[in-house]
Amino acid sequence: MTYIAVLGIVAQGMDINKDLVAASATPLVLAILAERDSYGYAILKRVSELSGGRLEWSDGMLYPVLHRLERLGYIAGQWQKSESGRRRKYYRITTQGKKQLAVERQQWQAVNAALRSVWSLLAAQAAPHLLPQGC
Amino acid sequence: MTEDAETIERQIARWRAFVARGKAISGPDVEELEGHLRDQIEALAGAGLTADEAFLVAVKRIGSLSALSREFAREHSERLWRQLMLEAHGSGGKSPRSEPLVVLALAVAAAAAIKVPELFGIRVVEDKPDLFARNLGFFVLPFLTAYLVWKRDLGAAGFVRLLIPFAAAALLVNLYPFQPGGHTFILAAIHLPIALWLVVGLAYVGLRWRDSAERMNFIRFSGELFIYYVLIALGGGVLSAFTVGMFEAIGFQAEGFIARWLLPCGAMGAVLIGSWLVEMKQGVIENMAPVLTRIFTPLFTLVLVVFLATMIWTSRGIDIQREVLIGFDLLLAVVLGLLLYAVSSRDPLAAPTSFDLLQLVLVVSALIADVVALAAIAARISDFGFTPNRTAALGENLVLLVNLAWSAWLYARFIQGRKPFSALERWQTMYLPVYSFWALVVVFAFPLAFAFA
Repeated sequence: MTYIAVLGIVAQGMDINKDLVAASATPLVLAILAERDSYGYAILKRVSELSGGRLEWSDGMLYPVLHRLERLGYIAGQWQKSESGRRRKYYRITTQGKKQLAVERQQWQAVNAALRSVWSLLAAQAAPHLLPQGC
Repeated sequence: MTEDAETIERQIARWRAFVARGKAISGPDVEELEGHLRDQIEALAGAGLTADEAFLVAVKRIGSLSALSREFAREHSERLWRQLMLEAHGSGGKSPRSEPLVVLALAVAAAAAIKVPELFGIRVVEDKPDLFARNLGFFVLPFLTAYLVWKRDLGAAGFVRLLIPFAAAALLVNLYPFQPGGHTFILAAIHLPIALWLVVGLAYVGLRWRDSAERMNFIRFSGELFIYYVLIALGGGVLSAFTVGMFEAIGFQAEGFIARWLLPCGAMGAVLIGSWLVEMKQGVIENMAPVLTRIFTPLFTLVLVVFLATMIWTSRGIDIQREVLIGFDLLLAVVLGLLLYAVSSRDPLAAPTSFDLLQLVLVVSALIADVVALAAIAARISDFGFTPNRTAALGENLVLLVNLAWSAWLYARFIQGRKPFSALERWQTMYLPVYSFWALVVVFAFPLAFAFA
């Protein structure tokens, strides 16, 4: 799957690699919407919360991502009046989006598992005495 | 509202206008982004920032607008191609929601009108080509006029006033004892639609016929309608070819249906549909006629200049054949068209450019070529005598010659910086009725002058 639309997202703060930010945008947005329906500003706030402020996007770039997910049918947008009286576009995850989220989750877990084993190997090299016998 | 909030509103409005300039960011997207900006400002102000600071930080966090608009363009590449939205987009005037219905009804009416004589046993074309030839305009132009009357809100009284010229012309042209297939008859059949087009123009300008700007709009409308009509006709040709081919495959002959129904009805209905499309696309899609003008002005200029140079170099005169005058009429008409549509799309306040000079060269070389041809003809006019065809061609030539000669003069003055460009524009719009009056003369005075020959 392409992640072209997200390339412009710039990780602020910890300076996370652009490609990584772009790749993680889809599962993050889908997961946040799987929690509850939401709108742009609130999604960004939630991303910031979830990453402890380390993953911050340049705000505007979220919207092309949302529109791409909407075009792919993973989420559906709807204009509604908010409590403040302004019109807001609320997004909700679709059934297809939930399936996609499950797929993404498996992929990320696989990547995560691979990375985790490699980290522990590296850690073992640095301190071989800590390794259990037979390794 | 406090002063602070007012400044913020002003700043947001300016920001919004700036964002909206991005072609790929549509109206709702701007609203969505603005909502975000406001949320952010509120949150920041809640955290203790002043309104000004909150605005600046919020804008900064949205990120670079050029990068954003690039992303939007990537996601919505279709928006870079302006689409003609046929649904309502409130551009003032009539409620556009009922417009498609009105247009469709009128197009069907025009298509039906051409079949009405058949109710009285007169088949299209085959039986009475004369009847259809002289009345062709009346089958469709009143319906087009009706559409424009509706569109411009001229009311029933306006419509009736505009129908009077149609009725008068229809009466006269059908009462005239033309010889079937005679020269004056053919001339009348060709010139009548040109004369009646002025009535359509009156409806188009909403009866404000003194308004030069409205007349210029009518010129634009006519050019675009012509192009759309040609495009629709091409599509109709493809449709006909498929119809014939497909029905032939199952053993049916569709040619008769096409000749008797599809072609005449389509040709009439397409005028209405084309007009509607032109009205809808105003300001949405760039006009085509000026684009074609840009392409062909240099090419025609080149051909004309080379033609004149060759003529002088080889000192050959123009071979006076029967058709030569009509050929030069058409040349002048094309040059006039190029001039007209260059004028119609030009910013009247812009300074002269090299394209203006090119236009001037085009007009002047066309004039020289025409004068050479006229001189050759005048020398032998006594041999030829004044037949209806030749007189009509000569008259047309003079009408166009006068227009172009004065245009060349005005153009030259404009390039010298002595006259504003609007003088040329006014001259062209002022001249519009002349074409129709000349056409009227050909339709109604020629038969009398030449005894309906």
